[in-house]
Amino acid sequence: MIVRLMGEGQFRVENGVVEQLNALDEDASRALEADDEEALDARLDEMWDLVRSSGEPLDASDLSPSDVLIPPSDLTLEETRKLFSEEGLIPDLPQ
Amino acid sequence: MAGLLSRASTVVKAKLSKLLDRAEDPSETLDYSYEQQLRLLQDVKRGVADVTTSKKRLQMQTTQLEQSVLKLETQARDALTAGREDLARAALERKALVQQQLQSLDTQVAQLEGQQQKLVTSEKQLQAKIEAFRSQKEVIKAQYSAAEAQVRIGEAATGIGEQMADTGLAIQRARDKTEQMQARASAVEELVEAGTLEDFTAGDQTPLDRELAQIQAGSQVDQELARLKGELGAGEQPKELDQ
Repeated sequence: MIVRLMGEGQFRVENGVVEQLNALDEDASRALEADDEEALDARLDEMWDLVRSSGEPLDASDLSPSDVLIPPSDLTLEETRKLFSEEGLIPDLPQ
Repeated sequence: MAGLLSRASTVVKAKLSKLLDRAEDPSETLDYSYEQQLRLLQDVKRGVADVTTSKKRLQMQTTQLEQSVLKLETQARDALTAGREDLARAALERKALVQQQLQSLDTQVAQLEGQQQKLVTSEKQLQAKIEAFRSQKEVIKAQYSAAEAQVRIGEAATGIGEQMADTGLAIQRARDKTEQMQARASAVEELVEAGTLEDFTAGDQTPLDRELAQIQAGSQVDQELARLKGELGAGEQPKELDQ
C-alpha cells in the first residue's frame, strides 16, 4: 500500500504495517471525536514514525496515487478536522 | 481503512475530480492539468520567497533586540555606579521586557523555518512529478485511443493531483504563519516606536534618557577632572598618562 506523509512524501508499506496503521487510525479517530489534541498528535506521530522506519520511499517522479494520506501532527485540532471533512483544509488549486 | 486516513484521501480526490471535470477531451485535460501544475509551481516559489523575507525581518529584529539588551545592561550598571538605583531598576525592567520579546521571536523564527523547510520539500517533489507528468502526457496523447487515454489520464492526474493538494496545503500553512509573523513583527516595531522598548541612550525622548545622559555627562566631567589632576601630579601614574 502507498502512504503519503503530508508535507514529506510517499512511502510503500507492507501489509503488517498497514494493520498497525489501522489500529492507530482508530485511536486517532476517537481522539479527534473526543477533542483530545494531545492524544491525536501522539497517534499521528506514531504513524509517521512507523511509516518512516518501515516504509520504502517512492521516487519523487513516481506518479502513483496514495491509498491513504497521513496529516502532520502540528495541525491544530480544528485544522485536522477540516482536513477530514468535505470542507477540506486543502486549498482550491490555482484556477 | 475506514478511519481518518481514508477520509482525507477521499476529500483530496473529490477536489481533483472537480478540477479535471472542466476539460472535455483527454488531451485537453492533460494540457489543462499541466498548466495548473506550472501555475502551482510558480505559487510555491513565491511562497518560499515570502517566508524567507519574513524570516529575515524577524532575524533583524532579533539582532536589534539583542543589542538593546546589552545596552540596557550597561546602562543599569552605569546608573548603579552613579548611585541611581531608581534608574538602574527602570533599565532592568526594560531589559526584562525586551528579553521576553526575544524569547518569543526565537520560537517564531523556528516555526517559520519549519514551514519553509516543508515548502521547499514540496516544491522539489512537485517539480519532479511535473517533469514525469509532462513526458507521460505526450506518450498518452500519441499512443492511446480516446477511451484508454481517459483511464491513463485519470491515473496520472490523480498521482500528480495529490502532490498538488499537498503542495497547496504547504503553501497555505506557510502563508498563514508568515502573516502571523508579520503582524507580530509590526507589533514589535510599534512597541519600539512607542518608546516602550526604545534604546534609552539614543536621543532625548524620555525623562529617563535625559537623566541618564546627564549622569553620563557628569561622570565624564569627573573622569576628565581626574585625568587633569593626574597630569598635574605627573609621575605618580605614568601608565594612565600614556593612554
